[in-house]
Amino acid sequence: MVIYGVYIVSKSGGLIFNHDHNVPKIEHERVFNYPLDIKLIYENKKVVVAFGQRDGINVGHVLMSVNGAPLAGTLLEDGRDVLEVLEDPQNFPITLKFSRAKMTTNEKIFLASMFYPLFAIASQLSPEPRSSGIEVLEADTFRLYCYQTLTGVKFMVVAEPSQPGMEILTKRVYELYADYALKNPFYSLEMPIRCELFETNLVTLLETVEKSGISSV
Amino acid sequence: MSRPGTRLDSKKVNSELFTLTYGALVAQLLKDYENVDDVNKQLERMGYNMGIRLIEDFLARTGSGRCYDFRDTAEKIQSGFKIFLGITPTITNWSAAGDEFSLCFESNPLTEFVELPDNCLNLKYCNILTGVLRGACEMVQMEVSSWFVQDQLKNDSITELRVKFIKRLEDAIPAGED
Repeated sequence: MVIYGVYIVSKSGGLIFNHDHNVPKIEHERVFNYPLDIKLIYENKKVVVAFGQRDGINVGHVLMSVNGAPLAGTLLEDGRDVLEVLEDPQNFPITLKFSRAKMTTNEKIFLASMFYPLFAIASQLSPEPRSSGIEVLEADTFRLYCYQTLTGVKFMVVAEPSQPGMEILTKRVYELYADYALKNPFYSLEMPIRCELFETNLVTLLETVEKSGISSV
Repeated sequence: MSRPGTRLDSKKVNSELFTLTYGALVAQLLKDYENVDDVNKQLERMGYNMGIRLIEDFLARTGSGRCYDFRDTAEKIQSGFKIFLGITPTITNWSAAGDEFSLCFESNPLTEFVELPDNCLNLKYCNILTGVLRGACEMVQMEVSSWFVQDQLKNDSITELRVKFIKRLEDAIPAGED
């Protein structure tokens, strides 16, 4: 029973709210000897595992720190390039920490605005007239539920595929939005939601649903 | 207003508090603008800003669908008055084309303790309602206009609010809805 996150997209397609709820944190630290038994590459200004999966370090994981010192992009704190350091046998044994890549806020904004045309295309592709857009998007590790209100705001919930009642949850989030965002006189429409009351009530709602199911809200 | 189970409970607020607050607002506007027409305009504008937010509350708590007929709209507006003001206006005087109707109020919580003084006979005391209707309908892609044709404050026997459908805002309809 896991809900990964909640997103709200405004009528014009901008991300106005996101909340990462329960994304399991995966971090692995290991001592490596020369030569490295995994293959690392640069990707999107990060150092990523490209091949050689072991000890929970999977392809796609990102190098976070070297000998306990965090990495700034591809550079160590002292300015040395990390791939060069890893090619020099003198630096070994070396402790590397890997973790799953986290989405930055910018990437989230980008993906949210990407979903907007997908939703619209889906309704146009439909063989039946007057079809809605995407309501559920399913993958093997998650399901994305999207509820579009009559005013055009989209409420999205990303959850485990087995999690029931998520359609109802999106409507509950809508109610919270109507109460705690729109009734806040200092919140202006279409702008990002930075309302603490909204966030705390949302977290309470998500936790209740995870613990005791959708029927209890 | 809030749903049961949320932190603010659903106990209704005393309508007198609301009546008096609204009265204070109108009185203050009269003081600030010193011109009845400006006050009418300002009330409408404030109502509009309330309407565009209030509609979400209405939709979230009623779960009602889109209107494809103005008679649907009329009934939903009526239920909105029930939810937010606790009164049920009657729907009457449909125009032949079905694009205009009247909401008749026997009693109106906004005007409960009000007598209009002689110097503001042109004041549309409840003009905020016309703004609310316009804002709320606009958010669900419908342009309407409304105005008062009878007013108990002006010695009519009832208050009558006329609502007219102007057009559907086709451009604004969200994808997957039209």
